[in-house]
Amino acid sequence: MRIIVCVKQVPNTDEVKIDPVKGTLIREGVPSILNPDDANALEAALKIKDEFGARVTVLSMGPKQAAFALKECLAMGADDALLLCDRAFAGGDTWATSNTLAAAIKALGGADLILAGSQAIDGDTAQVGPQIAAKLDIPQITFAIELQLKDSKISAKRQTQTGYELIEAPLPALLTATRDLNVPRHMNAALLINATETEVPVWGLKDINISEDETGLKASPTRVIKSFVPPLKAKGKIVSDISAVIKELKAKRLIGGVSS
Amino acid sequence: MVFTERHQLMRKLARGFAERELAPIAGLIDETGEFPQEVFDKMAKAGLFGLKAPQEFGGAGADTVSYVIVMEEITRVSATASLYISSPNSLSSAPLMLAGTLEQKKKFIPAAASGKIVICFALTEPDAGSDVGAIASTAVPDGDFFILNGRKTFITMAPFSDYAILFAKTDPKAGTRGITAFMLDMKLPGVSCGKPEKKMGLNGCATSDIVLENVRVPKDSILGRLNGGFSIAMKTLDIGRIGVASQGIGISQGALDEAVKYAKDRRQFGSPLAKHQSIAFELADMQTKLTAAKLMVYEAAQMMDRNENATAQAAMAKYFATEAAQQIVDRALQIFGGYGYMKDYPIERMYRDSRVFTIYEGTSQIQKIVISNMLLK
Amino acid sequence: MKEVWVFAEHDNTKISQTTFELLGIGSKLASDLDAQVCAILCGHNMESLAPELFAYGASKVYLINSPHLQTYSAEPHAIAISQAIKAFDPEIALFGATPVGRDLAPRLASIIGTGLTADCTGLAIDEDKRFLQTRPAFGGNLMATIICPNHRPAMSTVRPGVMDKLARDPNRTGSLELFTPTIDPLSIRAQVKEVVKELKESINLTQAKTIVSGGRGLATPEGFALLNELALAIGGCVASSRACVDAGWIDKSRQVGQTGSTVKPDLYIACGISGAIQHLAGMQESGFIVAINKNESAPIMNVADIGIVGDLYQVIPEMLKQLRDLEG
Repeated sequence: MRIIVCVKQVPNTDEVKIDPVKGTLIREGVPSILNPDDANALEAALKIKDEFGARVTVLSMGPKQAAFALKECLAMGADDALLLCDRAFAGGDTWATSNTLAAAIKALGGADLILAGSQAIDGDTAQVGPQIAAKLDIPQITFAIELQLKDSKISAKRQTQTGYELIEAPLPALLTATRDLNVPRHMNAALLINATETEVPVWGLKDINISEDETGLKASPTRVIKSFVPPLKAKGKIVSDISAVIKELKAKRLIGGVSS
Repeated sequence: MVFTERHQLMRKLARGFAERELAPIAGLIDETGEFPQEVFDKMAKAGLFGLKAPQEFGGAGADTVSYVIVMEEITRVSATASLYISSPNSLSSAPLMLAGTLEQKKKFIPAAASGKIVICFALTEPDAGSDVGAIASTAVPDGDFFILNGRKTFITMAPFSDYAILFAKTDPKAGTRGITAFMLDMKLPGVSCGKPEKKMGLNGCATSDIVLENVRVPKDSILGRLNGGFSIAMKTLDIGRIGVASQGIGISQGALDEAVKYAKDRRQFGSPLAKHQSIAFELADMQTKLTAAKLMVYEAAQMMDRNENATAQAAMAKYFATEAAQQIVDRALQIFGGYGYMKDYPIERMYRDSRVFTIYEGTSQIQKIVISNMLLK
Repeated sequence: MKEVWVFAEHDNTKISQTTFELLGIGSKLASDLDAQVCAILCGHNMESLAPELFAYGASKVYLINSPHLQTYSAEPHAIAISQAIKAFDPEIALFGATPVGRDLAPRLASIIGTGLTADCTGLAIDEDKRFLQTRPAFGGNLMATIICPNHRPAMSTVRPGVMDKLARDPNRTGSLELFTPTIDPLSIRAQVKEVVKELKESINLTQAKTIVSGGRGLATPEGFALLNELALAIGGCVASSRACVDAGWIDKSRQVGQTGSTVKPDLYIACGISGAIQHLAGMQESGFIVAINKNESAPIMNVADIGIVGDLYQVIPEMLKQLRDLEG
């Protein structure tokens, strides 16, 4: 069984600082981490490997430094890793990114199961997973909170607003993991040492059989035209009019917005 | 310091482990004196017990810098937890790696690296602390056996150890040249442990006496050469020093982090403590001392990794880093004021935990002997 | 006439509130584009739900009818709606950023080959008739405005609770257009075996979005009954400062602060909590803090966004009354 886990190296958004004048992110000094949901996706793959045996490949698209996150995955127990890194891949939106990743998965010979985190903490779109599924024309189970593999089918609980759906899908399939799916294991020191003794292979445009127009910024239907810092929190105030408080909380959607 | 990718990843492993597994329970471990088996098992699974053991003996084969990083990050959050790591990586594996037969290595190192067995290091006696030559436990040959008698004291992890690397006199007249190391099976008849000591800190990792009453030990449990124990003990302590030095920088970093956070949050006289220069300068002093200590500890570790003689460097690192820790943790507590004296904040625990660092595995005074001997020889 | 589409979410008996919010913003976008807002109602014989969509502003309802659409599932829904999009060529298509919308819209956008912007909190048409989609990124540290210049429809998922719905007008009507998609049963591979409704009461403080917390100012353990009432009314969890835990008024698991949980809800209402530094350490990262305290100079007021100076036994009942009035 072959499992491909799509992962992303992201800036730790808890430590992201913003340049209030330029309205841009200050990336310097912000540590990069393996996207949290992706660690759950990898854990799900490793559990299947532990139980049934599987080859677990971690796949990422990003700058050269993203090899670090892939080595973290190897240190957790992934068998091999592949980094997609090419100037042509850069600047893509979720459509272009999923196109690139889907092409790489095809070039890898496909997989029985593709796992990804539900969403990345930097983009927060939760779109790349299901878009890969669409491009590979395979079934998807998003926002999974439980996963079982039996008789070459996956059976998973998908989180909904009011509970969950129990979904069964034949392989190959794609599943996106939430943080409720499992608790990711820690790295293992011996695997870590071995991981840092190997080079992570890097593939470019030529290796995945797509053209320059099908990836990166060129293939992206959307464009970011402006980014800005949300207005700073005003200093607190003392009030006595309770109806004004309720109105303000309501206006800020802090209360009364929980309708379904 | 510039760290390699391997060392950065090792820090991530240790910090992640400390923050996820230890931070929520560090206070509880101190309060109850119990270290959860579940966390011990997770440490084993993460390979933290076998960091330095070679991969052919079930370890990770990591270098000393990696070991320092792990000890630093774990101690930063829970000093007690770091003892569970230093023991198999240093005090119990070093004598085996230095002097063990292949058979002994194969039997004990993988088992200790995977957490299946715990081995303690039994050298100190009631009347033989720094003065190792004064140990009074005896091992008298009797056919294919030795008969062991005596008492070891302050032995970390003794109550739950499966084996002890135990030093006893085989030639009582020969002083340090009459000491032999034994791989003692703690289940043998005549072996018992005293009551766990009530300690000032490092609660959750029991320390007790080991009492030997006519214990019959097979001859093949000798570790190394007959009467060659002193050099094994000294070399082990030489290697072990770097671990305590790492605990020194780890706890200092933990205390400094707490103090910085508190100084930013706590307001007195209308502004955060951090805005008062007396506090800000105190923090600057702490950071400077800590940085100096780190450089010394990592320098010693790198020398060990280059197979250079690091005896003096490690002794200086242990001496400086653990004495600096006393000052840094103390000043951090001072910044907390009355709150620092309360158990609500981890600083009170750090204050108690750190105190032993200048004492065990060679007091500061012993380190000064080592350093001055190297200087004056 | 150009069309702005709104995907109607329902459970076969009623339309979701989020859908009405989408119709609200959809109507506004449509009027700025001289377009009409249309609801996409997928299901099997679901025309009974159409009047409600008209009542909330839909000019037209596309009834996408197929037995394969009886329960929500990504594959048949994406196939069906993609066929409808190809047939009617809408300008914009909006989905709720709900578990359904976030499952369906990406797959659909991928099939159509158009842009999709996730979890939008602001949608507008600018003077150049560009459709501006604004959304938070980097954990809310940054807002980005995104357009989809060359592909149609421009698709968005929209954060629930952000857009205003129109006032319900049961007399409003519109046109109903039936669309029958071609769905090959073999193309439906993932099968929904069971839909389970199961709402767990959240006592996990660290995950809670809203927290009502009480301190020494409650004066008696019975004060927590009042806090519970407030928490129930606004969908929050009850928490406590250490003082009440030490006094045995509430379980230790509810304690926020240095020796309890560190919480980061969107809304934290501190009732009778003075704000000792140990307590502040556990809650000052909350999104919005309301403090109710008799003492205007209590330290909690330094971190509060809104401070209400008064007796919580008068303030909270008044809040509850106001909330009830709003509901009514």
